[in-house]
Amino acid sequence: MNDIFQIGGKALTSRLFIGTGKYNRNTLIPEVIAASGAEVITVALRRVNPEWGEENILQHIPGSMTLLPNTSGARTAEEAIRIARLAKAADMGNWIKLEVIKDQRYLLPDNIETIRATEVLAAEGFVVLPYMTPDLGAALRLRDAGAAAVMPLGSPIGSNRGLRTKELVGIMIEEVDLPVIVDAGIGRPSEAAEAMEMGAAAVLLNTAIATARDPLGMAAAFRNAVTAGRLAYLSGLGPVQQEAAASSPLTGFLSQ
Amino acid sequence: MSFYDRLLELERFPFRERFPEYTDLDIQRILTKPKMNEDDLLALLSPAAGRHLEAIAQKAQQVTRSQFGQVMQLFTPIYVSDYCVNHCEYCSFSYIYDFPRKKLDMDEVEKEAIAIAGTGIRHILLLTGESPKDSPVSYMKECVQVLRKHFSSIGIEVNPLSVQEYHELGEAGVDSLTLFQEVYHQETYRKLHIKGPKRNFRARLDAPERGCAAGYRSVTIGALLGLHDWRQEAFITALHANYLQSKYPDCEISLSIPRFRPFLGDYHPDSDVTDSALVQVILAYRLFLPRAGITLSTREPAHLRDRLIHLGVTKMSAGVSTAVGGHVSDGGTPQFEISDGRSVSEIREMLYQNGLQPVFKDWDILV
Repeated sequence: MNDIFQIGGKALTSRLFIGTGKYNRNTLIPEVIAASGAEVITVALRRVNPEWGEENILQHIPGSMTLLPNTSGARTAEEAIRIARLAKAADMGNWIKLEVIKDQRYLLPDNIETIRATEVLAAEGFVVLPYMTPDLGAALRLRDAGAAAVMPLGSPIGSNRGLRTKELVGIMIEEVDLPVIVDAGIGRPSEAAEAMEMGAAAVLLNTAIATARDPLGMAAAFRNAVTAGRLAYLSGLGPVQQEAAASSPLTGFLSQ
Repeated sequence: MSFYDRLLELERFPFRERFPEYTDLDIQRILTKPKMNEDDLLALLSPAAGRHLEAIAQKAQQVTRSQFGQVMQLFTPIYVSDYCVNHCEYCSFSYIYDFPRKKLDMDEVEKEAIAIAGTGIRHILLLTGESPKDSPVSYMKECVQVLRKHFSSIGIEVNPLSVQEYHELGEAGVDSLTLFQEVYHQETYRKLHIKGPKRNFRARLDAPERGCAAGYRSVTIGALLGLHDWRQEAFITALHANYLQSKYPDCEISLSIPRFRPFLGDYHPDSDVTDSALVQVILAYRLFLPRAGITLSTREPAHLRDRLIHLGVTKMSAGVSTAVGGHVSDGGTPQFEISDGRSVSEIREMLYQNGLQPVFKDWDILV
C-alpha cells in the first residue's frame, strides 16, 4: 500500500505516533519503537536530562526518528512558548506538540491558550501539532493560526477510555482541512483502528503501550490496528444497515 | 472563602461515632466505584477499611500506574538554616534547645548544592527554620539564585509567607511550595505550638492557598501523623487538598505523609500510627484524589519505603541529611532522625529492581 502521510515536510509511512512517558525503564524504548514501527515519538521537554546516563531519554531514541518534543507542564501560552523555544535550543528539531493544560485534575487542554501559542510558534517556524479538546471552531482557528495538524483527545490523557469524543472528532475530520491526529485516551488497538477507519490521519498514544503487561506485544498490536484501520478507510467501508436487507418490501411490486 | 470555614464545620462533625459505623459491605461497595466522594473517603479511613487493605491496595496501585506510569520522582531537601523562633513540642529546631545554630553563607550553599547535584538530583527543596532575622525572604532569595544554577526545580519549605513574598520567590525561580499544617485539630495545635509566630493556626492554614494564588506550579500539604487522631487528621488533610485542587486547578496538589519521629525532646504523641495505619492513609488519599502527588520522606525506614512505593507514592526524597550543611560536613544537629539513610544511587537501583523508573528531572525553570 503506497500511503504516505505528508506532514511538516516529512513523508511518513507509519501513522502511529508514540510517547516516552510511564515506562519502567528507558532502555525499553528502542524495542518499543521497533515493534510499533513508529517514526514519530513525543518527549516531554521537562523530562529531558541531557547530562544524566540511563535517565537521559534522548540517548534511547534512534536518530532516524522524528522527535516531537511536547510542552507538558505548560499552563499558559507564554509557558508553552518558552518550553518550545527551550526544545529548539536543545537541538530537538522544530516540531512541537503543544500542550497547554490549566486543569491538573482531568488534564484537559485549554484551547484558547493553545491557539495563542500556536500563532506565535507557527510564525517562528515551528511545525505545531496542538493537543486540543475536540471543537470545530477551535480547530479552524488553530488552522488559521498556522497549525500543521490538530490533535483532539479521544478521552482524558492516560484514561484508556477510548474514543469517547467520536462524534466531535468525526465532525472535525469532515470539516477541517488539516490532518486530524487522535491524541490521548486510546486504550485498545480496536479503538485505534476505529479512529483510523473514521479517517483520522494518525493516532498518538503512550499509556496503553507503556503500562501494558507486555509493552512490545502491545506496540505490535497497535501497529497492526492502525494499519488495518487505515486500509479500511482507504478501501471505503460498506454502508451500515440496522437490519438485513435482502428484499425490497416497498418497491418489490414494480418487478412483479 | 478559605478552607478555614470548612474546618470550622468539620469541628462539629462526630468523627468518633461515624468511623466505627462503616461495615465490610460498605468497603466492598466503594471499591466498585470509579470515583470517590467525601463519604467514601471517610469509609476508606474507617476501621472497616483496615480489614480490606489488600483489596484497596490493588485498586490504588492500578490508579497510580495509569495516572503516573511506572515512575518515581526523586528530590532532596537542603537545610540551610536551623535558627528558629518557635517552640514546638515535637521539633529539635525549637529555640529552647541549646545547640550551636548554623546558617549557611552562599559559598556553603553552593558547596552543598554541588554535592547534591553530583548525585543526579535535579529537584531541590530549600528548608529553613522560622526566623525573620536569620533567614528572611531576602536570604531565601539569595539561596534560590545559587540553587537555580544546579537544579531544574526549586521548592521551598519555610515559614508561612504572604502572596507577595511567594510571588517574589517565584520570580527568582521557585516553582513549588511544601507546607505542613502539622495538626488540623486546633486545640492540639495550640497545645503543641507553645511560642512563636507558628502559634497562629490560621496564618499557617491559609499559606498553601497563598502559594497557589502566587502561581506556584506545585503545592504539597500534610499533617504530621501521630499528633492527633490519624483518621480524622487524614480526612481533613485530604479535604484541604481537594479544596485547593478545585479552587486552583492549574496547580498540582500533593500530599505528604510524615509520621512522627523521635527527636531531641521527650514529647510522645497520643495517636499511635502503625504501619497499617500509614498504608491505609496512603490508599485513601490515592483513591479520593487520583491525580494528587503523594510524597514519602526518609522518615520511614528503608524496608517499609521499598513496599510503600507500590501503593500510591509518586515522589520520594533520597540521599537526605536533615542537618544544616549535612552534605559536606556532618557537624549540625538534625531536625529529626532519618530512617532511610541510603544514597541516591542506592535508591535508584532499588527502584529499578522494583520495576520503577527513577525520574530525576521533571521540570525546567522558566523564569
